[in-house]
Amino acid sequence: MITRRNLLGTAGTGAVLAFAGLRFPEFAQAQGAAAGLTAGVPEGVGSYATMATLPGKKPLILLSDRPPNYESPLEYFRTPITPNDQFFVRYHLADIPEIDPKTYKIKVGGDAAATPVEISLDDLKALPAVEVVAVNQCSGNRRGLSKPHVAGVEWGYGAMGCAKWKGAKLKDVLAKAGIKKEAIEVSFNGADGPVVDKTPDFIKSIPAWKALEDTTIVAYEMNGQPLPHLNGAPARIIVPGWTGTYWMKHVTEINALSKPQGGFWMAAAYRIPLGKFPIRDRFVSQETAVNTPITEIVVNSLITSHRDGAKVKTGKLTVSGMAWDGGYGIRAVEVSTDGGNSWTNAKLGEDLGPFAFRPWSFDFSAKKGKNAVMVNATNKLGQSQTSELIFNPAGYHNNVMQNISLMAG
Amino acid sequence: MRILSIAVAAAFAVTASVACADDKPIQLKKAPGVEKVEANCQACHSLSYIPMNSPFPNAALWDAEVTKMINAFGAPIDAADAKDIKAYLTKNYGS
Repeated sequence: MITRRNLLGTAGTGAVLAFAGLRFPEFAQAQGAAAGLTAGVPEGVGSYATMATLPGKKPLILLSDRPPNYESPLEYFRTPITPNDQFFVRYHLADIPEIDPKTYKIKVGGDAAATPVEISLDDLKALPAVEVVAVNQCSGNRRGLSKPHVAGVEWGYGAMGCAKWKGAKLKDVLAKAGIKKEAIEVSFNGADGPVVDKTPDFIKSIPAWKALEDTTIVAYEMNGQPLPHLNGAPARIIVPGWTGTYWMKHVTEINALSKPQGGFWMAAAYRIPLGKFPIRDRFVSQETAVNTPITEIVVNSLITSHRDGAKVKTGKLTVSGMAWDGGYGIRAVEVSTDGGNSWTNAKLGEDLGPFAFRPWSFDFSAKKGKNAVMVNATNKLGQSQTSELIFNPAGYHNNVMQNISLMAG
Repeated sequence: MRILSIAVAAAFAVTASVACADDKPIQLKKAPGVEKVEANCQACHSLSYIPMNSPFPNAALWDAEVTKMINAFGAPIDAADAKDIKAYLTKNYGS
């Protein structure tokens, strides 16, 4: 009898996988999955990763199934809104309960809250609703491209997505609990938890000033639909501009704190070296002499019309993609087809707000043979992408300009 | 060892996608220590984290990873097993 283990074990090496389609027609899609990976991620990813279909999702690149970490392939980023069924999935801990929205409650309290309360989904929906289009990008997006290698989930380009989020302002939720002036941070816990009791639960905090911004919300809708289960149903925190680590899924606890949250996921994880990145937003209560929590997304762009090495026709060619940043908005996207000697502005597309993907496109004449295409986005602060990786131990904030080759025949 | 049901096998043949998210088959290299890796590591996470991070980590990096699992994440791995796991990972998935 064929076991899945044996069946897939056959495709256990990259070399075998490359020929698997010839021997097992059913592996054709697995081959596609290998092609679906971002060039440059560790070889080992290609030895097992497949396109996998979670309930309610289109195929995503399966990096790990427990906890579930599924990446969107490049082709899903051709529209400024990423559909819910194409949106990436990222978890730290493998115990993920289904939650009945009818009995779902969020405890809102903390030592800097005067009147702790429990609110239901209906209570949340009764508050004034706001909508914000925002990119949710994993801090470790593109970690797999880090040189030298850093350990972790080896994401390519696709640990991100942009959606229209609808919910209540976090500040309105905090007002229900009587947040006090002493509050310096607001922490979040979600319903997902560890398998082993000793594993630190995933608890995150943000500075009070960020929690009280009008665009920081407790969302119950994503692109006009209830949140998909694996994107945080019934409600999750949305921190536009900041990386996904703070966007707590299945949020069950919100606490106003007069002291820094001291758990593993704040004190030890998700930190960047001080002074290496052009970051504006500070998280002063969590800073140490050497590092600080990651905050806003660095300006970045992605060519989504073509993959590196794609075959194209000689002559008129349009390349296009997305650009985004930490909420200042994209001022310009420039493209170079001569190895970075000269740069020309791309045409910017629809503006869905400062936290959203900004589409761009660029027309040029492809010459026969290899065409190098580089892209660099600049935000409204004047910050641009980097040409050399700014190495850091966790592989965060990779905004190295892409330099792809298109082969014209 | 889990057996593929006919239904799942049929679906797999058509789509080559894994619908059951809890049954991702990762076959680690058969070598001394593999049984300790399988017995300890997949209690909390799928084994895909191992090939995913290969072949780059050297002995020091794999050592740091296993140590982190024990000290930071509370994995109940005894010292003898930890030593064998580190050796297995370095030899089979290291650089």
